[in-house]
Amino acid sequence: MASKVTGAVMRQGLGVLGVAIRAEKSIFAAAVLSSALYGLMTVAAAWALGWATDHVVLPAFENGRITTGALAFGALLILGVSLLKALGVAGRRYFAGVMQYRMQARSRRDVTRQYLRLPLAWHHRHPTGQLLSNAGSDVEAAWAPLAPLPMAVGVVVMLVTAAVAMVITDPILALVGFLVFPAIAVLNLVYQRRLNPLATRAQQLRAEVSEIAHESFDGALVVKTLGREDEETARFLAKANELRDANIAVGRVRGLFDPVLEALPTLGVLAVLLIGAMRLESGAIGSGVLVQVAYLFTLLAFPIRALGWVLAELPRAVVGYQRIRAVLDATGSMEHGAVELTGAAPARLEVRDLGYAYGDGDFPVLHDVSLKVAPGRTVALVGPTGSGKSTLAQTFVRLVDPARGAVLLDGTDLREVTRGGVSDAVALVPQQTFLFDDTVRGNVTLGLPVGDEDVWAALRLAQAEGFVSALPSGLDTQVGERGTSLSGGQRQRVALARALVRRPRLLVLDDATSSVDPQVEARILYGLRDAAQVSTVVVIAYRMATIALADEVVYLEHGRVVDQGGHAELLVRCEGYRNLVTAYERQEAEREALDAEQEEEVSA
Amino acid sequence: MSSFQGVERSGMATVRHGLSLTPEFRKGLAGTLVLAVVATVGKIIVPIAVQQTIDTGLGGAAPDLAYVRTAVLLCAAAVVLTALCAYLMNVRLYRATESSLATLRVRGFRHVHDLSVLTQNSERRGALVSRVTGDVDQISTFMQWGGLMIIIALGQLLVATVLMFVYSWQLTLTVWACFLPLMVVLPRFQRWLSSAYTRVRERTGDMLSAVSESVVGAAVIRAHGSEARTAERLDVAIDANKAAQARTQRVVATVFPLTEIVAAVALAAVVLVGVRLGLAGEITVGRLVAFLFLITLFVSPMQIATEVLNEAQNAIAGWRRILGVLDTPPDVADPGPEGVELPRGPISVSFEDVGFSYPGGVPVLHEVSVDIPPRSRIAVVGETGSGKTTFAKLLTRLMDPASGRITVDGHDLRTVRFSSLRRRIVMVPQDGFLFDGTLAENIAFGRPSATEEEIRLAMTELGLADWLEGLPAGLSTRVGQRGESLSAGERQLVALARAYLADPDLLLLDEATSAVDPATEVRLARALEGATRGRTAVSIAHRLSTAEAADEVFVFDRGRIVQRGPHAELVRQPGVYADLHASWVSSARS
Repeated sequence: MASKVTGAVMRQGLGVLGVAIRAEKSIFAAAVLSSALYGLMTVAAAWALGWATDHVVLPAFENGRITTGALAFGALLILGVSLLKALGVAGRRYFAGVMQYRMQARSRRDVTRQYLRLPLAWHHRHPTGQLLSNAGSDVEAAWAPLAPLPMAVGVVVMLVTAAVAMVITDPILALVGFLVFPAIAVLNLVYQRRLNPLATRAQQLRAEVSEIAHESFDGALVVKTLGREDEETARFLAKANELRDANIAVGRVRGLFDPVLEALPTLGVLAVLLIGAMRLESGAIGSGVLVQVAYLFTLLAFPIRALGWVLAELPRAVVGYQRIRAVLDATGSMEHGAVELTGAAPARLEVRDLGYAYGDGDFPVLHDVSLKVAPGRTVALVGPTGSGKSTLAQTFVRLVDPARGAVLLDGTDLREVTRGGVSDAVALVPQQTFLFDDTVRGNVTLGLPVGDEDVWAALRLAQAEGFVSALPSGLDTQVGERGTSLSGGQRQRVALARALVRRPRLLVLDDATSSVDPQVEARILYGLRDAAQVSTVVVIAYRMATIALADEVVYLEHGRVVDQGGHAELLVRCEGYRNLVTAYERQEAEREALDAEQEEEVSA
Repeated sequence: MSSFQGVERSGMATVRHGLSLTPEFRKGLAGTLVLAVVATVGKIIVPIAVQQTIDTGLGGAAPDLAYVRTAVLLCAAAVVLTALCAYLMNVRLYRATESSLATLRVRGFRHVHDLSVLTQNSERRGALVSRVTGDVDQISTFMQWGGLMIIIALGQLLVATVLMFVYSWQLTLTVWACFLPLMVVLPRFQRWLSSAYTRVRERTGDMLSAVSESVVGAAVIRAHGSEARTAERLDVAIDANKAAQARTQRVVATVFPLTEIVAAVALAAVVLVGVRLGLAGEITVGRLVAFLFLITLFVSPMQIATEVLNEAQNAIAGWRRILGVLDTPPDVADPGPEGVELPRGPISVSFEDVGFSYPGGVPVLHEVSVDIPPRSRIAVVGETGSGKTTFAKLLTRLMDPASGRITVDGHDLRTVRFSSLRRRIVMVPQDGFLFDGTLAENIAFGRPSATEEEIRLAMTELGLADWLEGLPAGLSTRVGQRGESLSAGERQLVALARAYLADPDLLLLDEATSAVDPATEVRLARALEGATRGRTAVSIAHRLSTAEAADEVFVFDRGRIVQRGPHAELVRQPGVYADLHASWVSSARS
């Protein structure tokens, strides 16, 4: 991780800032102009005080008289300059903030658009946590330097103006400034270089501490049931102590540099007083100049640090921006064809020599799978845990594209179909139910323009009408984040209704009723059989009742189709299939035989 | 809704109580404060130097350069000294706060684990994590920045005012008259800022959960082609967040310039009044000029006041939340060292009139009385919501009964030491949660001392050796976050192996193989039958094949055990069990 301000990071960082400046030209211009005004007026404020000292204060003390005109002018000068400065400060802060937030929002839109555009295979390759931080903290990091950037520009204006003003006022005193301020700038750079790796490390550890807490609390039940609280606490303690030490290391650097950076300009003021007194004695300057320069030093001391703030944020910004860029530049988007799937009749599904592997082809899960499902038929996909059934189901809705071979709907390769064409024709109910933080209605329609009657009809078919009508607000009931206010079986039925309301021509059920009680499941399946007049169904299941409803069974093992045909046929000729689906019966038979033996022994 | 029983406390009481929990912080606090005071005095060195130079050095007929030199050098020495004090104070402050907060973090973490599953489950996991991360960080930020700033700012105002009074009380009143109105309105700005920040936090939360939905729900969104609708929802959340953020800038962009203007008014007023005082001979030039410098010391405390006050509020809120966790007594408490240590060996359990209801809910278990003899195999069956899982949670003391009692080998479960109880009674929950690490680490979680051979042996005994061989890296296979690299069924296999390797005397399976295919499940059941011989085994059955193999079946219906006995007997009687069995048979067989 880049954490030092090196030349390369500087260049890349300026590049990142350039992107933002080009994107938000007018806001940036407003921010910089305001900041320049602020810079100029800061120097002017010192000059105004110098003027007031020379023309108002000293005459009064030395000669004992005041001209009302000079007095009023001095006061108005101080007020006027500060009003302009205040205007500059307000504009600088406001526009800098607006620019930063606009860029954040812009990047978040771009990144999330890309998430929606990229194929699921891409999502599979990237951990959820990473995708969330790409849109969250990475976006924040990338545009963090935008907040202090206009101030830094203003400070440059301030320094140049101050230098010119000091040289004009008194070149000798200016020399003190030329020694002190570059020293502050250099020291600040050293400060940021020292601090950055430490701060990055502390940030990293903070994330790790949080990860441990997350994981440990998620697994709280396991920790409790196995009595591992002490060990978990020890694991957390070790990381918490690392974080403590890292934070103390950050504190030591901050604790050293902050006072030094504050002391330097103070020492500069003292030097100005000493040298200024000598200059005053020799008659080279007046008291007003002395006050003006000393005051200017006081005013410049703090803002000059803004240069360091920008530098401090640059390395993280570069990393954040690169991560965002990686998402935006990701290719492998799903290409769509131009063929419109027409008709409302049940679809014909065909899979030809299909192969698929996860990762970069390292974990093959499907090999040369071929099968055909005639329109209106119901086919069950059966196979042991990990045989590739769910992956195969995903290719039917084009969640993933096969590496080899093809999936055809009514003879059309899914890859030839227009964008949105496949999801209009095919609906998948996945194994893991996912509900949105929305109403029941919103979760069923997902924005599809259908009336409540259709929603209720779908819910009825999914055996969800009863519990939904019993909910406090019916269809308008909020289901909570991920649908937490509903039980697992209820969530599955809402997800099923979501597929049914689309009147799909091919319905794919991936173990979609596993959390539903057997009696309710039976009702759903009988209902579907009637509805099957309007759609072709592929169902993945272990339960015999589900399998029995299918016209045909495809048996998979290790990603290959081992056999396909009628349930009765397969029972006879396919050993793997027989073993899988009759496991319970055989177990019982064995036990009964064993019991009979034992009874014989007892009676013998 | 939070279930934490936080005691109502005022802000100060919260801070006091919080500090009392972290002795590291109070240790040496006095020394740190003394250093802070000395460091603050550094701020008024420049005005003093200016005054001395102008009045004494240059004030006479001929400038006294030697005096100026001495004064400047003394001041420089003072600057170095105060900087040193500031450094020492910073280091001490960081060490004290970080040490004390690390302690608080770990205490909070441990306490969350000590809370009962009921409390744990009623809170959102993310919120619990925040208690030991974000909330502590908030306090830390405050102590190291905001809290320090309050001390420094107040100190700065105080020393500046004292020096001002020494120079001229009239001008001091003038300056305070200018700043006082600002001080009065600052709390109003703070409330404004605080509500703006609250809005930002809420909107950021909304935005992040919208993003999270679009990522976690990626498959569903694609399967149903609802990309456009999701994009719209995202845009709304992102823009609302942006608007809320921009609102905070308006507050800041008002406070900062306002302070500048007030300072300018003060400067002009000091010049106007000072000149008149000078004419009356009541003030020297140097003192008047020194005032111009002293006014700058008022600016930064005003500018940061809103932010600091806001942080102070956040820190107190964070403290309150952590104390809320720590104040919540673990309702299922470990009797500790005084508790009973159970000897190893076959376990017997007995439920005596046990009743239970969830807080604020209807009773879910009524007067359950039942004995589980040593070495017996019990199957627990019933429909969803019949009380099976509650029974399991009471048996493993994840919860305590509301009425009646549970005894293990004759001892009340509540008197048994946790370290002993958790070694002897182990439950395998339905959701096979795995930790991010290797398969071996996960299996050995309950017994970290286990060697690789022992792990392999356990897998063989459970009939899982073949499955293990089929994995790309065997025992070194990484399971990913929450075990997500494995399928749901495979996770359950690992969870089972983990409990088995822990070598308990009573093994309780809560639908522990529900996601495994039938053939594997049957193999596993057979292996377990052998492997747990001589131990007590209780399984909550998802598929009734388990019940057929048990010595005794407990049939739950609406919170009561309505039938009990061996399968062969129960299945012949008309009743709940016969119905369940019939329904299962029809769904599981051809």
